[in-house]
Order: sequence, then C-alpha cells, then structure tokens
Amino acid sequence: MTTRIGETELAGPVLVAAGCGGSGPELAPFADLSTLGGFVTRSITLDPRPGGPTPRLVESPAGLIAATGLPNPGADQFLATELPWLLQRRVRVFASIAGTTFAEYAQLARRLTESPGLTGIEVNLSAPDAAALGLVDTQDPFQAAGLVAACRRELPRGLLLLVKLRPDPGHVVEAARTAADAGADAVVLGNAVPAAMPDGRPAGLGGPAIGPIALRCVADVHAALPDLPLIGCGGISTPDDARAFLAAGATAVQVGTALLHDPTTAARIAANLGGC
Amino acid sequence: MVTPVSETRGPVHITGEVLSARRVGGYRHLTLAAPGLPERFRPGNFVAVSVGETRLSRRAFWIHRARPTGGYGATVDLVVAETGFGGRWLATRTQGAPVELTGPLGRPFALPKEPVSCVLVGEGYAAATLFPLAERLRERGCVVTMLLAAPDESHLLSALDARRTARSVLVVTEDGSVGRSGAVRDVIGDVLTRAAAEVVYAAGPARTLHDVAAAAELHGAWSQTALERPLTCATGLCHGCPVPVLGEHGAARLARACYDGPVFRGDRVRWADLAAWDSGHSEAAG
Repeated sequence: MTTRIGETELAGPVLVAAGCGGSGPELAPFADLSTLGGFVTRSITLDPRPGGPTPRLVESPAGLIAATGLPNPGADQFLATELPWLLQRRVRVFASIAGTTFAEYAQLARRLTESPGLTGIEVNLSAPDAAALGLVDTQDPFQAAGLVAACRRELPRGLLLLVKLRPDPGHVVEAARTAADAGADAVVLGNAVPAAMPDGRPAGLGGPAIGPIALRCVADVHAALPDLPLIGCGGISTPDDARAFLAAGATAVQVGTALLHDPTTAARIAANLGGC
Repeated sequence: MVTPVSETRGPVHITGEVLSARRVGGYRHLTLAAPGLPERFRPGNFVAVSVGETRLSRRAFWIHRARPTGGYGATVDLVVAETGFGGRWLATRTQGAPVELTGPLGRPFALPKEPVSCVLVGEGYAAATLFPLAERLRERGCVVTMLLAAPDESHLLSALDARRTARSVLVVTEDGSVGRSGAVRDVIGDVLTRAAAEVVYAAGPARTLHDVAAAAELHGAWSQTALERPLTCATGLCHGCPVPVLGEHGAARLARACYDGPVFRGDRVRWADLAAWDSGHSEAAG
C-alpha cells in the first residue's frame, strides 16, 4: 500500500511524527523505518539547543505534557551524522525545522537541502510553547504565509514542503488555506495542544487525549479544501485511530506520543493498514 | 574497560506474564516470562514496563536475574518497591497477569579486561542490578567485594545471595538493624582501601553514587555508576531524562539517562548540577 503526496510516492501512509522518533537509531530496534511512509526528525534549529529544564515531560490522563525545549544538535551536526544514518537505511526523511526569525527558517530550508537526501521539509509553525522558545510568532496568517513562501523559494524542485499547524479547530481552516496558497504541498494537522506543566510553564499536550481534536481539524479542513493533501497527527495509537483519520480525509498519518509508550506502535499500525 | 556487546542485539517489546510474585522484606520480587530478553541481557540493563492504558510514561526496573532457559522458559526477575503509582501497579500484579515490557534497555556496566579487584556498592532495591554483575565478574576471575546498604533490614537485598558470588560482603543500615550502623559514605573509603579496589560499581540514590564516585576518585579507582532518573519513554526517544555530564574532551553536555546511560563513568557525571536540578534550582540546562 503506497501513498502519494504530490509527485512523491511514499512506502505507506504511516510516518513517525517530529520529536518522537529520536534521531532514528533509538527507534530502529522496534520498526523497520524504511518500510514506513517516512520519518520526521525532531525540530532542527540552525544552532544546537541543549533543551530546557526538568521535568520535561509529565503524565496526564491519557496524555503527556511536554516542554523539552527543542533539544537538537543543530543543522550542521544533523547533516553530518544523523541524516546519513537514516539515508543509508533507505528511510524517507522529512526534516522538521524551527527558527527564531524568518531568515533562520529560510536559511535552514536552504542549508538542509543543498545536498540531496531529504524527501521534504516540515515547517513547524505550531510549537505549543513557541513564545517561550523564542520562535517566530506565526499565529497571524500574513506572517505564516510569508514564512511558508520563504521556505518554498529555498526548496529545490521535487522536495515536499509540509507545514505543521496548530490543532485549533476555530482557526485551522484559515491557517491551512494560507499555507496551501503560500506553497505547501500538504499540511500536518496538528501539533501538541498548547498546555501548561503543573508548575505553569508553557508546554504541549499529546497522546490519546487530543486525538478527537486533531480529527476534527482534519474533517474541517478536508471539507473546506478537499484537494489539499492532509497528514493527520494527534493521539493516533491504534490502527482504528489511523483509519478514522484516513476516512476523515487524511492522505497519511503521523504517530508521535504513542511511540513513547510503545515504540512498536508505528510499525504495528503500518502493518495492520497494509493488510486492509 | 570494555562495554560488552551482546550477540543478539537490541531490545524487544513483548507482552510478558507474571510467573511468580512474592514478598521479600519491604519489596516484591517478581519473576516474569520474557521471551527474547534474557539472551540480550547484560548487567546494568533494565526493563520498561507499561502500567496501564491511560498512563503513558513507562516505569523502569533493574533486571535482577535473567534466565534464557529454565522450567518456565526465558524469564527475568525484578525487585519492585511499592512506591508511586507504577511501583504499586506492578507490585499488585498476580500470577498469570500480562505485563507489557520493553528491554533489555540501556548501556550496561563496562567490565574490566583483567581479573582485578572490584567493589560493588548497592543501596536499597537498586542493588538488584549488582547481583548478575557479580556473577559476570567472578566468571572473569575478578575478586568481588559487595557493600549492601539500606535504610533498614527489610529494605536490604539478600546478603546471603551476595555471599554466593562475592568474596566478602559488608552490610550497612541507617538504623543499624543489621550490619554496621551508618551510610555508604561512612565506610566506602575504608572498603576501597581494604579491597585494593581497581574498579567500583554502584547502584542507588544519586547522592550515594556521588559519594562512591568521589571516594573512587580519591582512591584512584575507576567507577561505574548506575543512575536512576524519572523516565518517560525509557528508549531514548523523548529527551525527557537529561543528565549533566562531561563529554570526551571535558565539554559539558547533556546525556540521556535511559539511552546513553543508565551506567555512566562516575567521573563524567556533573553530580553537583544534577543535585541542583533535583532541589528545584533547574535552569536552562547547559
């Protein structure tokens, strides 16, 4: 069962969501990554980030509240070590990118795609704790459009541009339309839901608790923009969850927080969908 | 020192089954059917357990014993403290209960190439990880001294079992209910000197590991500390268990307790920074 987004064919409709697959080797014992639709990296920034203070993740009923502070090795180290590891294993890699300025997003899109290897870029427009991380505020559609267009200009032809949006049903249709008009090949619906850690720090809530919110986003955007490829993301833990997103209009799904509870989840869902 | 690499690589994710559960002092000892785990096991590894559908964080437990074959097939033994939701959940599983687990996880203890004198220091349930290590060291011809510590007798793992493998076993309890009265830091220097230790292994609370690492450094011995941190995924995916360490060239960086550890060289952990985090002075990590 292959999946097509634009001109790009993926091995299947199940991808690993940003920030939940480590850098690849950690997940590899539990899933043949090359048989999945793709692997989205944790968000890469231009310079390395060590991550934030502890605790970084806290349990909530059927959910995880996370404020990790985007720990990542920076673009150069990612290109030197993490990307080659994935490419050697024939994994379809999407680099998630996050930046503190428009220029940083554009620079990342250019830097990461100068050499061949990536299948696409996922522009993270929806970090639930964006302000605390110093990331560009893209709540305003005008800003978001400019940012997506800037990344599009830097991408070589043939690379997919995914834009990851907030799972905010009141605004998601407008945000998806903006991203599509600015050049996105597909939108990812959505990210962790903005939440707070018990001590009040800004964070994001992921896991089964948010599944229905993401599903609503997919249904609403599909109704308004039936030709735009959608990738469902939020609370997907079982093959039935994935089927519900595909039935609501998603072309593919991403599995995230569920991998932190059971690292075989993505592989199991992919195998199950492949048999249907 | 070499970190052993098992022939059968990588952890597995399985549904195990409780074969027996019994109370030993203040802890529960569980034997679980765990196909695929024992042949991959190295001392210092742990398992991550799922404790219910709606609790997403995994709970980590040291592997106390791993048997690839036996009357019940492949099994692992865990020592469970009934603290927190996860510990209580696992401690109340009865014979026949399914348990979803992932393992063996983490970087194991590095073993000396030569048959040298080794001191193993374990406090409370964490000492569980040292028993299979002691066996492995003895097989390599090392002289093994064990120092077992606990708040009281009921939280002390079996000194009798330890004596089967170790040349000598010393016991300290905080309340003096068995062995010497006191803590690891009161006796560790003396133990290292008398054993002429070249390698020290430790498992227990961070402050005890810090004491042991400091004593080892003073004594001129290598130290290997098995660090226990609150985990979320336990597989290296979530970056939720940072440990402040010094890298190869002395540069400060953050390692993951579950994936880069849980065993760290004692002289590589920035113990003071770790203690500061835990006392609530957590700043953007460096």
